[in-house]
Amino acid sequence: MDQRGQARLDEFLGALLFAGMILALYMAFLQAPREKTMGDLQRIFYFHVSSGITGLTAFAVNFAASVMYLVRRNRWWDHVALSSAELGVMFLSIVLVTGPIWAKPVWFVWWTWSPRLTSSLVLWMLYVAYLLVRNYVLDPDRRALVSAVFGIVAFVDAPIVWFSIRWWRDIHPAPMLETGGLSPSMRPAFYTCWAVFQILFIYLLRRRFFLEASRQEVEWLQRRADMVS
Amino acid sequence: MEKINPMNYLFAAYVAIWIILALYLYSIHSREQSLREEVRRLRDLLEKKSRQ
Repeated sequence: MDQRGQARLDEFLGALLFAGMILALYMAFLQAPREKTMGDLQRIFYFHVSSGITGLTAFAVNFAASVMYLVRRNRWWDHVALSSAELGVMFLSIVLVTGPIWAKPVWFVWWTWSPRLTSSLVLWMLYVAYLLVRNYVLDPDRRALVSAVFGIVAFVDAPIVWFSIRWWRDIHPAPMLETGGLSPSMRPAFYTCWAVFQILFIYLLRRRFFLEASRQEVEWLQRRADMVS
Repeated sequence: MEKINPMNYLFAAYVAIWIILALYLYSIHSREQSLREEVRRLRDLLEKKSRQ
């Protein structure tokens, strides 16, 4: 796709995201019914869970891109891996901030070392470390290689986060969609928010990817300028 | 102890979400700007050198 096509796609995704966000807020605050036990506080659920799933999706993309880099040794995959890792950290940050805000009035504590909460925090720290490690390796090919291996190893924690509430007793609620804990009248709001967060992820992934491509262009131009002088 | 309205927590959670998203968008935008300027500067430099 040429530059004009990319710009048009970005504009389309931006417009879709804007309309989607308004719809998601409408669904979460006005369409979804008030929950019996927690009342309006439960409305945190729609963005909190959507962020969590999108964060895990981002780490899965990082894992796949890291494997592809090791197979193909093409920097394109390293750009995808880095972009998705950064987005995963951002989405998981939303989860780790909104979680305690929701927990305080319901569990009467901001934080507890339950399997789901602990494994989520560990996952966040692993990918923050991934982003930091990249800054300490100067050679671009070596940096991509080290990051790919790190990304693959870090992803081991993602299934633990996902299955923790199925494997162990946890204060965190059980998976609501599987156990039928989420009322059918609340599902449209949840699916809308989840879909909008996926669009947000695609939109931000594209922007972050092109940022990395620009950085590579700067490196290339810098090398050319050094050679000419 | 004064009881806090649960609506305040709901408000705080959504404010936090928008702040995190806004900060991230701002960080991407400012990085895009500085890289765009750097690309322009290097291209001008190369053009000047090729003319000399």
